[in-house]
Amino acid sequence: MTAEAGTARKTALYERHVAAGAKIVDFAGFAMPIQYRGIMAEHRRVRETAGVFDVSHMGEFYLSGPDALATIQRVTTNNASSLDVGRVQYSAMCYEHGGFIDDLLVYRLEDRYMLVVNAANTEKDRRWVEEHLVGETVFEDATDETSLIAVQGPKAEAVLLRIAGPALADMAYYRSDSLEIAGRTALVSRTGYTGEDGFEIYCRPDDAAALWDAVFEAGSGFDVEPVGLGCRDTLRLEMGYALYGNDIDDRRTPVESGLMWITKLSKDGFIGKEAIVERKAKGVDARLVGFVLDGRGVPRHGNAIFSGDEEAGVVTSGTFSPSLERGIGMGYVASGVDGEIAVGVRPNMKVPATIVGLPFYKRGSVRR
Amino acid sequence: MSENGLRFTKTHEWVKVEGDVATLGLTDYAQHELGDIVFVELPEIGREIAAGDVLTSVESVKSVSEVYTPVSGEVVESNAALEEDPSVVNSDPLGAGWIARIRMKDPGELSELMDAQAYEEHKKG
Repeated sequence: MTAEAGTARKTALYERHVAAGAKIVDFAGFAMPIQYRGIMAEHRRVRETAGVFDVSHMGEFYLSGPDALATIQRVTTNNASSLDVGRVQYSAMCYEHGGFIDDLLVYRLEDRYMLVVNAANTEKDRRWVEEHLVGETVFEDATDETSLIAVQGPKAEAVLLRIAGPALADMAYYRSDSLEIAGRTALVSRTGYTGEDGFEIYCRPDDAAALWDAVFEAGSGFDVEPVGLGCRDTLRLEMGYALYGNDIDDRRTPVESGLMWITKLSKDGFIGKEAIVERKAKGVDARLVGFVLDGRGVPRHGNAIFSGDEEAGVVTSGTFSPSLERGIGMGYVASGVDGEIAVGVRPNMKVPATIVGLPFYKRGSVRR
Repeated sequence: MSENGLRFTKTHEWVKVEGDVATLGLTDYAQHELGDIVFVELPEIGREIAAGDVLTSVESVKSVSEVYTPVSGEVVESNAALEEDPSVVNSDPLGAGWIARIRMKDPGELSELMDAQAYEEHKKG
């Protein structure tokens, strides 16, 4: 279905997507490209060479001042105190009851911190952080002043080296730096949501179209193409990366979601800590797992999961994996359930499935 | 293959009639809306169906969609090639992407269908 472009907001790259023949849909209030050539083709493009995403709809907040770190330590679950300038960290924010508010990236920049949040949660996250500022923290919502282009794939570095300069090759995974690309200043990080090597380029909206064009010009000869939110979902799901709203939400805590690795219980006083500690001590009723279908079908969000004849859980994310060529999904299953399960893909149709370790796709070029 | 000589349903199936057999598939509009098709359930040969029934379902990466039959009769053939390669429905929806053949019980039902021009109007509406 096409979005009503009149009501949805547009990123600085909207005209580029229309010109490229993208199928546009409303996502979090933005008119975004869901696909151009097709989800499967675009997914394979990212795994084989490189694809370029417009993810400008995401939210960006700056925190500065003497208590910026203290604020971040209070509202996030991970420990940001060890971040040196240029380091990026995956983290989360939780409510007092331990349920997730969002997952996010924390950047330590030269003179401030930047939080990068999910588009659908920008408003909610902004209010939460503003309500919980510690001491003298200066908060700035830079979402509307920031465009974001993600270049992802094994050829991403080769493409961007042509326009970003040789320093790019030295950028380690989960690090960032300010770079000149095609005469424009941009913040670049070696991060992504695809399981491939790649970079995310933050720039001013006025520079976005020029940078987008520069990336494609640099990409000529490398088989680079624009890719949409449709394949962004299949790529991240193949890696077992959580999606807020699907796999995590305010009813789930890091304990059952497998996100204790970004939850540092040694850090004092972060919101949600007590509830999380208690949940961990009591044990959880369910846990987030990945599974592959052993028959024909595609698991979908909301499908029931069965262990024997008993309903034992629910699918939170599902798709057809272009790399594995079968249905894959993530969902919560009752503690103790493992191995063979079945997924209710239709009201009267259960397909056998097997719980597997994540990631589903193990040959990604992502740096570690 | 052009859309001339084909008849169309409001639910974006096409029908080609030869004698008392109707061949049925999804239109280009339908395959484009669905996106990459990954599974096609083929209807059972010999199955009796009525006009308006769900003939089968087609699964794309993003969703499942039902395929309706506008004619009553018996399923006499289904396109086995779609088991191996469902993407043919995307790449050649009006030709090699045909889904099933039905021996019609009442060819009069065809008068309910749209011609190419009416279908164009329907898509805009």
